[in-house]
Amino acid sequence: MSGTTAAQTAKHLLEIKGLEVGFKTQNGVVKALKGVDFTIDAGETVAIVGESGSGKSTTAAAIINLLPGSGQILAGEVLFEGKDLAKASRKELEDIRGKRIGYVPQDPMSNLNPVWSVGFQVEETVKANGLAAGRKAVHAKAVEVLENAGLPDPGKRMRQYPHQFSGGMRQRVLIGIGLASKPRLLIADEPTSALDVTVQRRILDHLDTLTRDDGTALLFITHDLGLAAERAEKLIVMYKGRIVEAGPSLEILQNPLHPYTQRLIAAAPSLASRRIQSSSEHLGSIHHRVDDAASSVDLIDAAELRVEHVATAAAGPAIEVDGLTKVFKLRTGGLKTEDFTAVDNVSFQVPKGTTLALVGESGSGKSTVAKLLLGLEKATSGAITIDGRRSEKLAGKELLALRRSMQPVFQDPYGSLDPLVNIGATISEPMRVHSVGDRTSRRERVFELLDQVALPKAIAGRYPNELSGGQRQRVAIARALALKPDIVVLDEAVSALDVLVQAQILKLLADLQGELGLTYLFITHDLAVVRVIADNVAVMQKGRIVEQATTDEVFDSPSQQYTRELLDAIPGAGIKMGL
Amino acid sequence: MLYYIGRRLLQAIPVLLGTTFIIYFMVFAMPGDPLLGLFGDKAPNPALLARLQEQYALDQPFFVQYLNYLGNLVQGNFGISFSGQPVNDILARTFPVTLKLAVIAIFIEMVLALTIGLISGLRKGGIFDATALVVSLLLISVPIFVLCFVGQFFFAVQLGWFSPTVGSDTSFGKLLLPAIVLSLFVVATAIRLTRASVIETANADFVRTAYSKGLSRRRVVPVHILRNSLIPVTTQLGADFGLLIVGATVTEGIFNVPGVGNTLYQAVIRGERPTVVSFVTVMVLLYLVVNILIDLLYAVLDPRIRYVK
Amino acid sequence: MSSDMTGAGATRSASHFVASVEDAPIDSVDAVKLDEKPSNLWIDAWRDLRTRPMFWISLGLILLILTVALLPTLFTQTDPRACDLANSLAGPGPGAPLGYTKQGCDIYSRIIDGTSTSLSVGLIVILLTTVTGVLFGALAGFFGGFVDTVFMRLGDIFFSIPYILAAVVIMSVFSENRNIVVIALAIGVFAWPTTARVLRSEVLRVKNADYIMAAEATGLSKMGILLKHVLPNSIAPVIVVTTLSLGAAITAEATLSFLGVGLPPQDYMSWGNEISAAQRDLRTDPQTLIYPSIALTLTVLSFILLGEALRDALDPKARALR
Repeated sequence: MSGTTAAQTAKHLLEIKGLEVGFKTQNGVVKALKGVDFTIDAGETVAIVGESGSGKSTTAAAIINLLPGSGQILAGEVLFEGKDLAKASRKELEDIRGKRIGYVPQDPMSNLNPVWSVGFQVEETVKANGLAAGRKAVHAKAVEVLENAGLPDPGKRMRQYPHQFSGGMRQRVLIGIGLASKPRLLIADEPTSALDVTVQRRILDHLDTLTRDDGTALLFITHDLGLAAERAEKLIVMYKGRIVEAGPSLEILQNPLHPYTQRLIAAAPSLASRRIQSSSEHLGSIHHRVDDAASSVDLIDAAELRVEHVATAAAGPAIEVDGLTKVFKLRTGGLKTEDFTAVDNVSFQVPKGTTLALVGESGSGKSTVAKLLLGLEKATSGAITIDGRRSEKLAGKELLALRRSMQPVFQDPYGSLDPLVNIGATISEPMRVHSVGDRTSRRERVFELLDQVALPKAIAGRYPNELSGGQRQRVAIARALALKPDIVVLDEAVSALDVLVQAQILKLLADLQGELGLTYLFITHDLAVVRVIADNVAVMQKGRIVEQATTDEVFDSPSQQYTRELLDAIPGAGIKMGL
Repeated sequence: MLYYIGRRLLQAIPVLLGTTFIIYFMVFAMPGDPLLGLFGDKAPNPALLARLQEQYALDQPFFVQYLNYLGNLVQGNFGISFSGQPVNDILARTFPVTLKLAVIAIFIEMVLALTIGLISGLRKGGIFDATALVVSLLLISVPIFVLCFVGQFFFAVQLGWFSPTVGSDTSFGKLLLPAIVLSLFVVATAIRLTRASVIETANADFVRTAYSKGLSRRRVVPVHILRNSLIPVTTQLGADFGLLIVGATVTEGIFNVPGVGNTLYQAVIRGERPTVVSFVTVMVLLYLVVNILIDLLYAVLDPRIRYVK
Repeated sequence: MSSDMTGAGATRSASHFVASVEDAPIDSVDAVKLDEKPSNLWIDAWRDLRTRPMFWISLGLILLILTVALLPTLFTQTDPRACDLANSLAGPGPGAPLGYTKQGCDIYSRIIDGTSTSLSVGLIVILLTTVTGVLFGALAGFFGGFVDTVFMRLGDIFFSIPYILAAVVIMSVFSENRNIVVIALAIGVFAWPTTARVLRSEVLRVKNADYIMAAEATGLSKMGILLKHVLPNSIAPVIVVTTLSLGAAITAEATLSFLGVGLPPQDYMSWGNEISAAQRDLRTDPQTLIYPSIALTLTVLSFILLGEALRDALDPKARALR
């Protein structure tokens, strides 16, 4: 990687040498990149993979010198076609941006200016990069750009504003803008992580086609190892501002050498799910043991563990839902309301001690089911039976008793704990509400729970904002377990976490289930995770359950087209794991 | 857009009813003979007393009285002044002057707020920003009448740049000093808000994307940063208009500008309560109308509002 | 997918680079770090305030103003009402460091004596607006629906009347019996919607947080949730608004007094009255007007500064603007 001679430099489209980037904070300059070197050649697709805080997005932004806030390049070179962009003038950079290097940002919702029409924003790109002159020509070029990006009826839609577009359509516009002047390099920073999986796949396929047709090199930033390996020929793994491993994607996936990469591969649900699928006889060959076993998790171990214990679990449903329907009244302006059926005649059972995964994309109604179950919303019709008792008819004392047996863990680790209540009080709140025990015994129980979720006792006096996302989620789990419930409803409980932390929490959940005989309702949009945690799967689409079966059945022989689409959309599904 | 305008106008109706009711309640439902109360310790003018009695139909039950009063308002009859002159006649004479003053003041305010706020926001933490902050906080703290006297004393008495009072000649040059004082009174919050929204917008994702498209700074700053910052600044303008009305009353009084505010000011100073009540009603109605207009302007500026169903 | 990747990329041989573990040591996943001091919004805000000169300056000024208001005799022994026309508009002299008014009263002692009037009005106003505003804002935001619609429409109506104009009308009606409580009521009755709106929007934000749902799922009652979780998390902006409105209320009192519909000058010492009385002498003897103006501005400024410092410390968004 290092020691490139001057003669070689010209060969690379982009060469980054010893790049260091720092952010000014109250405690001085914090380095986000600590010496990064890599190259991209013309027409090549390179993916940078890393967790949040690894510096992957900072690297992307540093290339076009658009670091956010107080960020600045401290040292190193960014040689693009032989020219050092780190030292280029503002004018030179303006010439290169858009024209030679295109950029596709992460969140389609916030990256188009809401006050200007979509056409205006494409046309201004066309003009700024001199792709056409004259009003008519500019307009025609903009239509062409949007057409290429796969936007239907671009001439008409150009007059519309970003808020009238869906997330997927907006991302197509942004891709069109990024590729408008057929740049030599396109930087795509997590271009689809804000979108539903099925949309995600279509957009990435389209991006692949466009860059391949124009011979555009692509730098692809992602947190998903499976996605990276599927889309790029070269992989760069970053960790805490450094590159820990780089090379051909398949080679890294099959033979990771750095312990951090090994950990990532072991923890990535998309790969784990793929590994399980590619039949167990080969598992051994790709099964990487990691030295530091205490702090890393192999999801396959977790999956194997649960197969064993489920076999011994007792039968009988803990949760029984029958014909559950929830209709919301939507105001359609004025006094008129429109019925919106969020949950439509949903029925399922969760046997005691098992996990049912409720899978669906945004708007499928899966979270509403969770709220109905928890009694946080009233069902329009249908029956919910918890441990043989009809829950929707309960009130007062009986409802309180029901709440004791069923507790939730929510998605957003930053929103699920009251920031002004310390951890100890957060965990003991359910016990206080239900008048369980006295001060001392509650204190004991808090320590016991912290121990169960592998957090130190000293954390009890701390506040949520001192903890990481994963730690907060542990606290939320401890709070849910405080009253010794039988059922835990996990609403996207691991979706916001980085893969390593996610794997750790999944393992913790599996351990707790084995230990305490818990029943889980696991709500998620991520089918990959389902494979390693659930016994049964129910797939939801537009308020209905479209498919319901055991996890293996759903993965091996999905009966519905929609389920197949979801399965295909799992990143890494197309990778041959070197078998 | 039409839907939005229609909804906004419909929403204004209960507020209009409510505000007029409250004003009416405050004045006429207080204990004692409301009309005698209006004259205070001065001897009532019998002719005026008779006209007032007729206008408010005081022998009727309370709600009939209110409806009478409301009916008068709807017909554009805002009441009678202390001298027995119809308020409408006074308005026809004074309103153009106040409008002129307000337009000059708002123009100065917007120019100052947008330039100072933009520079402060783009150079956050610099010397210019720090100075602008100190001056704004000081301006927020100085009451309007003190600001008037300071302006009068320094620019008119000491420096002699302007004449200290306006009088009957309401030319641009004469109105400039009160307009500047008035704009200074309201400009501080507008500067602070512009600055805040410029900083927020400058850090927005779409601004970064605009740069990544190859746009120059000279284009991004006005087209993407300033344009978007206008939205919150405009909303604030509506709320500030109440401040402007109070400010205009005091400013017109002190600088003797023959406008609506001055009439109210003189009436308050002299304790002519029927005039006070009539003019406060006029000003509240004006405030409501301006706020509706600003809400419509807001919809023009922000397509997300415009296209709500 | 990658198997389709033919062309230039596939034929190129890329080397497989691995950093040495010593260069990039890896930590255990998600290790708990407890080496820093406990922190939450209030602790952080205090740590932030402590380092800011604006906070200490405004706090010092407010303490001084409070002392003047509570113990005026510490600062002057002169009776503010003991006026001698022989001293009319005289310059500073013994016992009268700032000179005399037209009526021959000691300007300094009148300013000192006016402090308690301004502060009392300001405090009563914010007591009124905060209690009403918090009650209406919290209930409207938390319960939503009908309660929200009624409360907020009511607020809209009160908000639509600029509160100084409303106070002018009320004070006009109360031509007799004008006193501190009446003037405070006149100002406060139309000023509460601001507080209510600020709190309502905070409550709306907070009540959708997952921890509220989690608390509900444990079985905590609605009122318990409002008092234990929602209010503590939404009260910070109200504190800022309250501090700023204290300054605004003092200005309002002075403005009303200046207009002659405030406190009767014969019974109360008010800066607004002093300035009003002095305006005719502005050209010849500006000191009679300028000193009470300075006292008034300084008092308002201290509360505005404190409010700004609190906003910077309590609102993470405001912190980003610094």
